[in-house]
Amino acid sequence: MAKKNIRTILRENAVTIMFVVLCIIGLYFSGQSVSFVMYELFGRISRNAFLVLALIIPIIAGMGINFAVTIGAMAAQISALWIVEWGIGGLGGFMLAVLMTLPIAAVFGFLIGKLLNKMKGQEMIGGLILGYFANGLYQLLFLFIFGNIIPLNAPGLVIKGSSGVANTINLASENGIKYALDGMLRMPVKDAVYWAAGIGIAIMLILLALKKADRKKAINSCIALALAAGLITIPAVNELFSLASVPTVTFIVILMLCLFNNALLKTKLGQQFRAVGQNRVVANAAGINVDRTRVIAIMISTVLAGWGQLIFVQNMGSFQTYGAHEQVGLYAGAAILVGGASIKKATNGQALLGTILFHLLFIVAPAAGKNIFGDAAVGEYFRVFISYGVIALALVMHTWRGVKKKKDKQPEMEKA
Amino acid sequence: MKDNYILEMQGITKRYDENTVLEDVNLSVRPGEIHALLGENGAGKSTLMNVLFGMPVIHNTGGFEGQVFLDGEKVDISSPNEAMQKGIGMVHQEFMLLPEFTITENIKLNREITAPNIVSRVFGKNLETLNMPAMASDARKALDAVGMGIDEYIQVAGLPIGYMQFIEIAREIDKTGIKLLVFDEPTAVLTESEADNLIKVMKKIAASGIAIILITHRLDEVIEAADSVTILRDGKLVANCETKDTTTIQLAELMVGRRGESVVSIERRELATDKIALEVRDLHVDMAGEEVKGVDFNVYEGEIFGIGGLAGQGKIGIPNGLMGLYEATGEVSFYGKPIKLGDPKIPLSNGMAMVSEDRKGVGLMLDESIEDNIVFNAMQVKDEYLVKFPLFSLRDSSKIRKQAESMIEELDIRCTGPEQHTGTLSGGNQQKVCIAKALTLQPKFLFVSEPTRGIDIGAKRLVLNTLVRLSREEGITIMMVSSELQELRSIADRIAIVSKGEIVDILPPDAPDVDFGLAMSGIKPDTHREEREEA
Repeated sequence: MAKKNIRTILRENAVTIMFVVLCIIGLYFSGQSVSFVMYELFGRISRNAFLVLALIIPIIAGMGINFAVTIGAMAAQISALWIVEWGIGGLGGFMLAVLMTLPIAAVFGFLIGKLLNKMKGQEMIGGLILGYFANGLYQLLFLFIFGNIIPLNAPGLVIKGSSGVANTINLASENGIKYALDGMLRMPVKDAVYWAAGIGIAIMLILLALKKADRKKAINSCIALALAAGLITIPAVNELFSLASVPTVTFIVILMLCLFNNALLKTKLGQQFRAVGQNRVVANAAGINVDRTRVIAIMISTVLAGWGQLIFVQNMGSFQTYGAHEQVGLYAGAAILVGGASIKKATNGQALLGTILFHLLFIVAPAAGKNIFGDAAVGEYFRVFISYGVIALALVMHTWRGVKKKKDKQPEMEKA
Repeated sequence: MKDNYILEMQGITKRYDENTVLEDVNLSVRPGEIHALLGENGAGKSTLMNVLFGMPVIHNTGGFEGQVFLDGEKVDISSPNEAMQKGIGMVHQEFMLLPEFTITENIKLNREITAPNIVSRVFGKNLETLNMPAMASDARKALDAVGMGIDEYIQVAGLPIGYMQFIEIAREIDKTGIKLLVFDEPTAVLTESEADNLIKVMKKIAASGIAIILITHRLDEVIEAADSVTILRDGKLVANCETKDTTTIQLAELMVGRRGESVVSIERRELATDKIALEVRDLHVDMAGEEVKGVDFNVYEGEIFGIGGLAGQGKIGIPNGLMGLYEATGEVSFYGKPIKLGDPKIPLSNGMAMVSEDRKGVGLMLDESIEDNIVFNAMQVKDEYLVKFPLFSLRDSSKIRKQAESMIEELDIRCTGPEQHTGTLSGGNQQKVCIAKALTLQPKFLFVSEPTRGIDIGAKRLVLNTLVRLSREEGITIMMVSSELQELRSIADRIAIVSKGEIVDILPPDAPDVDFGLAMSGIKPDTHREEREEA
C-alpha cells in the first residue's frame, strides 16, 4: 500500500478537522475564558461520554449508529422515577437505578434488535423512527399509567389537581441522586492528573515486569503520562483548569467502559461482532448466528445507553420527564461522528475526541453567536444545525468513499 | 464395493415443480482422488452440490429422491452446517473472506481458539478471550500445507485474488476431520499461473487422503488435474469415466452434445463480407459478473452475428458495453463512423437498438401500457411521435396507437389491446414488446441479448423467426447473444464463443460439436485439430 498523502488524510478526517477549526473560531469569538470553558467541558464530558461510548459496539457489528439509544434512556428514566418514588437517594439509589435499568433496557434492546433484524441495511432510519414510536408509548406510560393506574405518592412527582407524572423530575432533593457518582472523590484537575500519571505509570511498569505489554508502547505511555504531570505543575497551565474539577469516579467508570469495549472485542463474541459487521453472508457461511449476534450488540448498547443516561441525570440533578431522552441518540451520534468515526468503524478514542469537540462547540457557540450576530439564539440555532449537518455529512461521505474506493480499485485490477 | 468410496450419491432426482433439473444422477468419489464434475451452465452441477450440502433451497422445495452414502454409511444431510460437521467442505467461487480481518482471523473464523477469563466463567464460552498466537500457529500450519509462505498476520484486503483462494483452501484444510472438499469453479477468477499453482495444491491435498470434487467446465483442467470425471448434461448423467481413458475431444463432445431438434430451421445462405457494419477493437466492459477483457471483431452488414459461451464469461457484457449501459473502453466504429462509448444516447441516435437480457429491469416499464413502452425510446431519442408546440411537445396519441397496433399485429403480441400494461403480459409477449420497442427506432443494427430466456417454445420460435425475417427481408444487421448454443447455431451466420472475457474463436454454425465444446472451455479448437484427426 502506498503511503497516504496529505489530501487523503484531510479527506478522511474532514469532519474532525472542520470541527477543530469551528471550535477555535468559536472560542475566539465567544470571549469566554479558557478556564470557564474547561470547567464546562469537564462537566459535559463526565455526563455525556458514557452515552457516546455506548454506540461503538453496534457500529462495529455493522448496524450503524444506534439511534435507538433513546429507548435505553427511557429505561433509565423509568428507573429514576421509581427511586424518586421510593425515596432512595445517594449512591445506594443510583446503584439501584443502575440495577433496575439493566433488565428493562435489556428487554427493550432485545425487542429493538429483533425488529432491526427484519430491516437489515436500514438499521439507522429504523432505530430513529423506533425512538419516535417508543416516545409515544413512554408518554402513555408516564401520563396515564403512572400516577393513575399505578399510584405515585412521592411529593412533587405528580402534578397537583392533574394526572400523570410532573414535567420535571427533581433529583436534587435531600434524598435524591444528584452527584451520587460525580460527587465522589471530586478533586482539582492537578491532583487528578498526578493520580492518573502515578497509577498509569505503575500499571505500565507492572505489565512490563510481567512481560504482558509491548516495551516500546509502555515506555511511550509512561513518558506521555509523566509529561502531562509535568505540564500541569506549570502554574500557567494549571491556571487554565482552575475552575474545573474532576469527578474522579465518573471518569473511572468511563475509563472502565473503554476497557470493556476493548476487552469485549478481543473475545469470541467480539470477533463475531466484527465478522457480522463486515459481511453478514460470510459470517453466516462460517456458522455464526448473525441475527443473534446483532441482537446482542443492540442489547449491550441499549443497556449501556441506559446507564449513560443515569450518569447524565445524576449530573444534571433533574430531568425533563417528557423530553430528556429525545435528543440523546442524535447528539451522541453526532458526537461520535465528529470524533472521526464512520457508520462502519468506531473506536473509544474517536468517541472521546468527538465528545470533547462536539461539546466544546456547544459551550462556545451561544456566546460566539451573540458576539458575532448580536443574538445568542443564532449560536443556539447554529449548534443544532451543526449536529444534523454532521450526521448528514457523515452519511454522504460514507457513500462517497464507497464509490471512490471502487474507482481506485479499477486501475489496480487492470494492472493485475 | 461400497467401502471403496468416500462419497456415493445414487439415483439423485430433483424436481422444482414440473421442472426436472436432475434425473437419476450417480456420483462416486474415492478417498484421495480428484473427481471432476463437468457440465455446461444449467447442467445440474450446482443442484447436485446443493443436495450434497443439504442447502435450504433443496429442502424448501420438496427435497430430492435418491440416496447419499458417506464412508459407506447412508446419511441424511439437512443443513450446510451438518455437512460441515460430517467433514464436507466447500471452497466457494465467491470468496467467503472478510477483508478487514487478518489471514489468521479468516482461517479461524468462528472456530477461534479461546482462553477462559473471569467473565467467561460466569457468562459462557462466547466471552472467552481469543488466543491469537495459537490461532496464528494453526493458520501457519494450514498455509504451509497449501504451500503459501505469506505472513499469517497480514490483512486480507488488498491481497491478490489468487492468494484469497488459497486462504479459503487453508481454512477448509484447517477444519479437523475434513474428508471431502468441493471446489466450485476454482480457476474461473485466476490467472494461468495461479491456476497451475492451484492444481498443484489440489493434488497435494488429495495425496493426503482428502477427496476432492472439482466443479468446472474447463476441459484441459479436467485432463490435467482429475483422476475421474462425471459429466452432466441437462440434468442427466452422460458419462462417468477415468480421466486416463478419455481425451479433451471426447469430453468436449460429451459436454455439449446435440440436444434435440432445433426450434427453427432455416436455410443457410452465403454471407456477403464486403461491407463492415460494426468494427470493434479492444473492447473492455466493466460489468460485474460479465466482464469483457479486450475483444476484437467485425460484424458484416446484414448478417446475424451470434455470441455464445457460458454464463459469467462476458458475452452479455459485449452488447451492454457497446450500447453504453456499462462502463466500457475500446474503439468502436459504426459504418466507419467512430462511436463514443459510455452514453446510451449516442448508439441509439446512430441507428443501433438493443433488446436487453433484463426484460423487466432495463427493457420494459412494467406499469406502463404496451403502446407507451413501444414508442418510449423513439420519443426520447428521436423526438418522434410528438406534436410539437413552440415551448413544449405533447405525445401524438393517434400516431402512437397506429404504430402500436401495427407492431402488435406484425409480431403477434397476444394482448387485450395496446393499452394493456406490460407487467401483465407473459414472458414471451413481453419479449415481443421489447423487440417492437427496438424496431420502432427503425434501427440499422440490432443487439439482441438472451432473447429466448424464460419464454416458452412457441414464443421462442416466433422470436427467432422474427429475427431471421428482420435480417433477411429488412436487411437489419443483428448481433445476438444467447446461452443456448443450439439456438445460435440455427439462425446465426457466424458464432463467436466467449470465454474469460475474450473471444476464443469465431465459428460457422455448422462446425462440429467438439469445436464448440472446446471453445466454450477456452481452448481454441484449432489447437486440437491433429489430436482429433488421430482419433
